[in-house]
Amino acid sequence: MSARPTPRTAQRGTTEAPWVRYLLTALALGFMGLFLVLPLAAVATEALRNGWDAYWEALKEPDAWAAIRLTLLTAAIAVPLNLVFGVAAAWCIAKYEFKGKSFLTTLIDLPFSVSPVVAGLIYVLVFGAQGWLGPWLMEHDIKIVFAVPGIVLATVFVTFPFIARELIPLMQAQGNEEEQAAIVLGATGWQTFRYVTLPNIKWGLLYGVILCNARAMGEFGAVSVVSGHIRGQTNTMPLHVEVLYNEYQSVAAFAVASLLAILALVTLVIKSIVEWRSERELQATAELPPERPGDTPAAPPSNPAEPYVHVPLASRAAI
Amino acid sequence: MTSIALPSGTPPSSGRRRSARVLPGFNITLGYTLLYLSLIVLIPLSALAFKTFTLTWPQFWEAVTSPRVLASYRLTFGASLIAASVNVVAGLLVAWVLVRYSFPGKKIVDALVDLPFALPTAVAGISLTALLAGNGWIGQYLEPLGIQLAFNPNGVVIALIFIGLPFVVRTVQPVLEDTEKELEEAATCLGATRWQTFSKVIFPTILPALLTGFAMAFARAVGEYGSVIFIAGNMPMVSEITPLIIIGKLEQYDYAGATAVATVMLVISFVLLLVINGLQTWQRSRTAGNTQ
Repeated sequence: MSARPTPRTAQRGTTEAPWVRYLLTALALGFMGLFLVLPLAAVATEALRNGWDAYWEALKEPDAWAAIRLTLLTAAIAVPLNLVFGVAAAWCIAKYEFKGKSFLTTLIDLPFSVSPVVAGLIYVLVFGAQGWLGPWLMEHDIKIVFAVPGIVLATVFVTFPFIARELIPLMQAQGNEEEQAAIVLGATGWQTFRYVTLPNIKWGLLYGVILCNARAMGEFGAVSVVSGHIRGQTNTMPLHVEVLYNEYQSVAAFAVASLLAILALVTLVIKSIVEWRSERELQATAELPPERPGDTPAAPPSNPAEPYVHVPLASRAAI
Repeated sequence: MTSIALPSGTPPSSGRRRSARVLPGFNITLGYTLLYLSLIVLIPLSALAFKTFTLTWPQFWEAVTSPRVLASYRLTFGASLIAASVNVVAGLLVAWVLVRYSFPGKKIVDALVDLPFALPTAVAGISLTALLAGNGWIGQYLEPLGIQLAFNPNGVVIALIFIGLPFVVRTVQPVLEDTEKELEEAATCLGATRWQTFSKVIFPTILPALLTGFAMAFARAVGEYGSVIFIAGNMPMVSEITPLIIIGKLEQYDYAGATAVATVMLVISFVLLLVINGLQTWQRSRTAGNTQ
């Protein structure tokens, strides 16, 4: 956008009459209230229907505890795995040119477009009793499907692209010059990554980790296929919610669900903070005087206010 | 940094080639990426293909076209289509209001748009059911009027609207932010009404983004499971979605049947993924054309 100040008179032609503005705003807020706020409020009221004591009782129950622990364990394994992968994938895709790069990027996006149920099914087909590795696993007494490893694998699959997808456009936009300078000045590859690349991508990284974590803790479909639904052993929190709900233990179901809703709200808060912080940093760097005046012929003169590549943290994530 | 100003950020190829020699770590990161991708995604997905090939063609055809399965396709795709269309209208409205108008609490509303991404689908499912069931906050007023929104296909559509809302908002919002005010000023100066300006100037610019959002919401809706099964009622032939058919077949140890239906869904997802990629390329070329 150009920094040219718009005269107040021109503003009138490019916006709507006040009543249209109010009507559209009211419609939008009404829709959001109905579809987003009301369900959240319903979770809270249903969970507290029988008071705080019943709420705590439902959460203190051993099976609920086991579900919470399993969910935390799953996320604690899946998120770091996908973090390492995301950084590696972004490094090789953003920093180099090679054949088949766009194909590789599409493949990384693939798990987003696979139905969670299909994601669970493919692991059953590989590790299940009738699957490829089933007989061998059975011989060695290793259980993957209908046990914790299967849950972790399915979670890794559905959260696979989150961090890579956040980092690739960010690192592509930042280019290679800073890293090249570091290497030329004698830094090792690791030092370059640690002190040059990492500070540049930290917000995008955090953003991806948060979204990845939210999905890892909340995944239902894929985990439901590979979990044996054994109470206290292979039920994650969302699965435990389902079991309780189907047993008509509504208060208990909504109590566990309320924890997941709180997780979602915390995710949104951290995500917004990350967005604002990175936005502010981008603005701060944009206001700095150019380092090499007269040496930027490549920048189109049409947008002098924005000499830096601005990549807003992508929200296209998470199909 | 300063010299890179192209939106795509691609420096001339000679620069890239030089950088490939300077920066270390290409082989190890590419190798790890390919290994991890193969282990987690490609090999398990190929298991699906191999399992499908063990079926004969008549077996496969029978599994994917039995009346119950056909009914589930109709419901899944019909409900996804309706939900994604509602999302286009509602998403455009929300994106428009968030970009163009200011009101108190706008930042909170903006953050809340992503709630369906962050809220586990099972939680969305049970809370929507609690709202719309006959004794729920909304259901109790609708039931006397003879309107049932839960435990039938209506419920499926509502759950899918919830799930798909952020896609349209988040694809349209950045495009709307980048539209040039000058064009609208020019249109106004030339005597266009506000509506004409919107339909002839603004709408064509955001159309690719709208379609991308539609396709993403549709793709997500087709595969959705968690939020739908609580509210759908899951009656065979009436309110049973295709992912639930797969689960049902698995529970009866009909692995071949489950795989056949899953293959159909997977092929459809691939087609949708290609469509979305194509739309995004179109959108990029459109915005690139605007800035030049």
